[in-house]
Formats: sequence, C-alpha cells, structure tokens
Amino acid sequence: MTPRRKRLLVVLGVLAGIGIASALVFRALSENMMLFYDPSQVVAGEAPHERPFRIGGMVTKGSVARDTGSLEIRFVVTDFKHSVPVTYTGVLPDLFGEGKGVVAHGRLTRDGVFAADEVLAKHDEKYMPPEVAESLKGAPQSTT
Amino acid sequence: MIPELGHLALILALCLAVAQSVFGLAGAYWRRADWMGVARPAVAGQFVFVALAFGCLAASFLANDFSVNYVALNSNSALPAFYRVAAVWGAHEGSLLLWILVLATWSLAVAALSRALPETFIARVLGVLGLISAGFMTFTLATSNPFTRLLPPAMEGNDLNPLLQDFALTIHPPILYTGYVGFAVAFAFACAAMLEGRLDQSWARWTRPWTIVAWMFLTVGIALGSWWAYYELGWGGWWFWDPVENASFMPWLAGTALIHSLAVTEKRGLFRSWTLLLAIFAFSLSLLGTFLVRSGVLISVHAFATDPARGVFVLTFLTLCIGGALTLYAWRAPKLGSSAGFELWSRESFLLFNNVLLVIAAALILLGTLYPLFMDGLNLGKISVGPPYFRAVFLVPMLPLLALLGVGMHASWKRARLGDLKGPLLLGLIAALAIALGASLWAFGRTTTLALVGFTAGLWIIYSALREPLARLRKRQSLSAAVLGMSIAHFGVGVFTIGVAGVEAYKIEKDVALKPGQSASVGGYDFAFRGLRNVEGPNYSAIEGEFNVTRNGHAVRVLHPQKRIYRVQTSPMTEAAITVGWTRDLFVALGDQLGGDAWSVRIQYKPLIRYIWLGAVIMAFGGLVAVSDRRYRSVRVTEAAPAGSTARDPA
Repeated sequence: MTPRRKRLLVVLGVLAGIGIASALVFRALSENMMLFYDPSQVVAGEAPHERPFRIGGMVTKGSVARDTGSLEIRFVVTDFKHSVPVTYTGVLPDLFGEGKGVVAHGRLTRDGVFAADEVLAKHDEKYMPPEVAESLKGAPQSTT
Repeated sequence: MIPELGHLALILALCLAVAQSVFGLAGAYWRRADWMGVARPAVAGQFVFVALAFGCLAASFLANDFSVNYVALNSNSALPAFYRVAAVWGAHEGSLLLWILVLATWSLAVAALSRALPETFIARVLGVLGLISAGFMTFTLATSNPFTRLLPPAMEGNDLNPLLQDFALTIHPPILYTGYVGFAVAFAFACAAMLEGRLDQSWARWTRPWTIVAWMFLTVGIALGSWWAYYELGWGGWWFWDPVENASFMPWLAGTALIHSLAVTEKRGLFRSWTLLLAIFAFSLSLLGTFLVRSGVLISVHAFATDPARGVFVLTFLTLCIGGALTLYAWRAPKLGSSAGFELWSRESFLLFNNVLLVIAAALILLGTLYPLFMDGLNLGKISVGPPYFRAVFLVPMLPLLALLGVGMHASWKRARLGDLKGPLLLGLIAALAIALGASLWAFGRTTTLALVGFTAGLWIIYSALREPLARLRKRQSLSAAVLGMSIAHFGVGVFTIGVAGVEAYKIEKDVALKPGQSASVGGYDFAFRGLRNVEGPNYSAIEGEFNVTRNGHAVRVLHPQKRIYRVQTSPMTEAAITVGWTRDLFVALGDQLGGDAWSVRIQYKPLIRYIWLGAVIMAFGGLVAVSDRRYRSVRVTEAAPAGSTARDPA
C-alpha cells in the first residue's frame, strides 16, 4: 500500500468513526433528555405517560404521609393552581419538607399518580430550582 | 472602618490592574522600556491591595461584624473560627474576591519567576493578566461588592450553609480556583505569543511548567469536590454529572489536552496553532465554569447564586475575553503555524489522538451541559440532560483514549518502531485480562463487561507506565524527572480506572427501614442497628445512630451516622458514617423517622472507591514530579543550546 492510500484509509476510518459516534451521541441525548412539567401541565394532560419526566413545585402542607415503618411515602406537589399526588420509596433528601420546593423524577401512572424514582429538594433557603420558581411566579404565595 | 478599608483597597487594586495592563501592553507595542517597567511593580502593588481587601473581609468575619451584609448572610457568632474564615468564600461575592486573590498570586509568581524571559514578552503576559484581573474586579465592585454595609446592622448572622461547614469544602474552592485561574497564565502566554508574532520551542518550555502546576491544582480540587460530595451530600455517589461538576471537569479535559500538545510543541515544534487554541479553550472553559456556577443560570442542586442582573455583565465579559482571544488567533495564528509533517506511527500522532479524544470528551460534556440552556432560551421547553447521557457518551472517547495510552507512552518521536515492543505489550494486555477476570471472579464472584474492560485497561496502563522506569532502574540508567512524572501520572490514570470500574460494576446501594435491634445485610456485611442518642455540637444538635458492622460474625467497625439540625438555619443535615478500606468502603446514612421507632437507613457497599481519589492524587503528584525537571529551571541555558539537544527525552 502506498503511503497515500494508507493515509486515505485512515481518514476514511476516522470519518466513519466520527459519523457513528455522533449518531450515538444524539441518540443518547434524545433518550436522556428529561422534560420538566409543572402540576398544571400534568393535570391538563400535557405530560407523557410512556416516558419519565420531571415534575416540580411545592410540597403541599399536611400532605406528606406514610405507613408507620414503611419506606414508601406519599405527598402532593402543587403550583397553587393544580396538584399532583406523588409516591416515592427510599430515603428523602435532607431539605425535603412540607411547604418547600421539590423536583421529582419518575413516571406518570395511568391513575394520575406520579411514581418518583428520585426526589431532589431545593438546596437552601435562598435557592429554588429555576423551573419551580418559574412555575410559582404569579401564584398566590400565602400558603407558605 | 475595616470593610471600608477593604473596599478602598479593592478600588486601588483595580487602578493598579488597569495600569499593569495598559503600560504592559502599550509599552511592549511601542517598545518603551520605561512603560514596561511599570508592569512588574503594578503586579506587586495589586497583590498587596487585593490581599489587604481579602484580609479585611476575613477580619470582618472573625470579628462577627454583622453590619456587613455579606458577613451577616454567611456567618454566625456560634460558627467556629475556622469556618468563619472559610465562610469568606462561602458564597458568590467572597468567592469572586478569592478568584481575584488567586489571580493576583499567580500574576505575582509570573512576575517574580520570569526574569529570564524577553522583556516585551513578559510585559504582554502581565498586560493580559491585568486585563482579566481588571475585568473581574470591575464585576465585583459593580455587581457583587462583599463590603456593602447592612443598615441597620443585623443582631446575629444567618450562619454559613451547613453543607459548607466541612473541612474538604473549605479547602476545595481555593485549590480549585488555583487550578482554574492557573490556566489564565497559559492563556496570557498564548496571547502574548500571538501579539509578539513569535512562537518557538522555548515558548512551549516556558508555558509547560505553569500549565502543569495549574492542572495539578485543578486535579486535586476536582478530586476534593468529588470526595466531599461522596461523604457530605449523603447520597454516597462520587460523581453526579451535575452542571457544577461538569463546569470544573471541562477545563480539566482541555488542560490535559493542552499539557500533551505543549509536549509536542516543545519537543518537535509542531501543533503550534493547536496549542494556542487549546490554551484559549482551557481558560475560556474555566471562565465559563466560574460564571456558570456563579450566575446561577444552570439548573443545579448546588448553584448558590441566583441573580440574572449579573448575567449581562458576565456575558459581555466572556464575549470580550474569548472573542478577543479568538480574533487575535484568527489574525495571528496562521503566521505561527508549523508545516513539518510526521509519520502515522509516532509519538506525535499518538498525542494528536489524545488531544482529539480529550477535546471530543469536553465538547460532549459541554453539549450536555448547555443544551438545556439553549432549549430554554429558544422556548422549546424546559429539559435537563440526565447522568445516563454523560455516562454513555463519555465512554465513547475515553475507551480508545485508554487503549492508545498504553501504547503511546512507548512510541518515540518522529517515527516509532513498535516492533520490539509489540510482544511485551501484547503479553501485558493478555496478562491484564487474565488478572482482571481472575480477580473479579475471586473477589466479587461474578464479572461484568464494565468490570472486565475497566480492570484490564487499568492494569495494562499500570504495567505500561511502570515498564520504562523499572527497566531503566534495573540497568542503572538515569531517569529524567519529566519521564518519571509522566509515568507516575499515567500510573495514576490506571489506578483511577480500576477504581471507577470497581465501584460502578460492584457497588450495592440499599435503602432499608430499621428499628433498633434489627439488622440488614448488604454485600456480605451485617449492619445491626443498636439505637439512637442525642449529641450536641457547637452550632448544631444531632441524633446519632449506632450501627455494629460485622462480617461472618467478626466485628468490623461500629459506625455512628448523624442527623444534624443546625440551630440558625434549622435545616437538617445528614452526616454519613463511613468505614474506609483498601478494598471497600461501607457507608451508612440516617434518613428519616418512619413513625414509631423505625428509621430509613441508606446502606452502601462501595468496592475500590478509594482508588478513584487515590488515582487523581497520583496523577497530580506525577505533575509535581514532572515540573521539578531541571530543564524548566535553567530556561536560559537550554535556550542557548541547539534546539533538539533534549529531543531524545520522551516527555
């Protein structure tokens, strides 16, 4: 093989590699994109049932409940216009609490309950996930 | 009085930074020695005033001066003195001041250690550093002044965020910033070379040690952050692909590429424009990282500043900095390029692949980090890109990189004859595979693709890295610090790879509900929950659990995880209890009371996790050894020697 043909082969190989790699990257990106919905959108039926997404809002006061000794917890996420019930099994983050901001990742079940596999609480008193702040804008804040 | 003094000092430092850049750059342009002579004293003066400003803020913290807004927001009289000092960089304003102090320190070091460099060149370097410094100080003074008074003064402070009241996180920002800001030196060297219109091998030799030192600090800083997240956030993970973490990882990838491309530029005079571009990238990503974290534009669990008003300034500054440098690059780089070619099988081409793969990795992470911002900006919906994306795409460039690393270390410049190395390396690969298979089956009872690939790659790289130094040692040949440093750093990569593969393949994470007296079994260990007691700390109260860990009836350790309530911010904090080992970590964190006396408990078994941070520390140590190489200290002498006299040193 002449050096020129060798080089051509290498270039072709690299190009093919880049092509395959970028196809994989965009597949990975579109598969792992997590959409965010607020409770109003979920109640309005805009959120998908077939794929996981994130929901965010405030944990309604008095809504956190669990069976004694069970890891399963139920609470309600609200944007003060509509509410969505959420279930989660496991250890909750430190800053989770009633009347506090929360973002949950999971799937919407057929009966309208959001089954979360991950719950994130807002980071501190000042910080709120931007989507939560956005979806609460204009809503009456008196309950907190 | 003290805050006003600090404020004044910062304004004076800004004036000196402006003088430093104007006299440095203009003096070099018009070849005015008297103007250029201003740059060095201006750097020294700037450092003094910035240090004074920083000292004033620290003094306000120590004196519990709650009439200063920033102090009132981030400190408390019950906060231990050590954390009061650390609280200086606990939030946005103070961390900017820290950034400025670190930059002033780097500038001072450059000014002091560069006597051997041409006068116009160093004047330009200091000029560019002065511009960056002036930009940051203007930003701080205009939008984020830490010395602003609070009227009327607060009686008591709001306390430091409890998450930040931790040793690793108090030293994490200074070390990380030393790394970030260190790339400003490489950036300034690149800009100066472009302004000068001259880039030769001695330029690369001046730039290399600075870049390596910055990279070392960044490596340690990121490792510290990861270690902190592991034990303090209570989730037990070591990397979350959180935007804040990505922000520090992207400059690291670009900086790593830069170190390797500088090697080619120094030894062979190649990749010149590429090296310049990488220096610009590394610093741009550092700037982007600083601002992404600080402006709070990112959806992140640990961005603690949220003020969009700062965004405009930040965007302008970023555009000026990066845009200016790239314009300069487009204008000047074609003149500085190199035309010499090289063989496909040579160290040059291995390093080229290294660069391409590292840059691809950085680009993929940048894509995933910024994609939600674009989507949001274009009103296409609010999305976030999850860790699975990063995990999947990061492996695409990393696996070939690890494979090439094992061979590339042994390739020589210009034209490599791998013929006589093919045998040993192939044998090493087979042996690594056999050990990986055997060890994973013996230790964990099963093997996965991830474990097998990771262990094999790690072991092979370790073998490959040790080959050369050991062979030379056996023959009693001398070994330059540069080669030794490279071997150590690559050894660290191997250790790191083994750690990652071990944790990701064999970790066990379990959330259980336990009552006192009950026990849970995870990873062959039994965790018996003994009970709870109350503990009082200086500024918190805690509930402490006791877990007796045994394995096959033999005592391993008694663990005491805590649930703390900090009195001022009244926020609960999980303090996980961890027993550390060479083969595994055991991690226990208390969750919540589940009603009755049952508690949710997070129990994790993390095999080989220590090797992740150990690997990173070894990499950084390799950098330290490489920097100690004699040729960096005798720039003048080697500059006089004919280029290529050291070209046989493979580093």
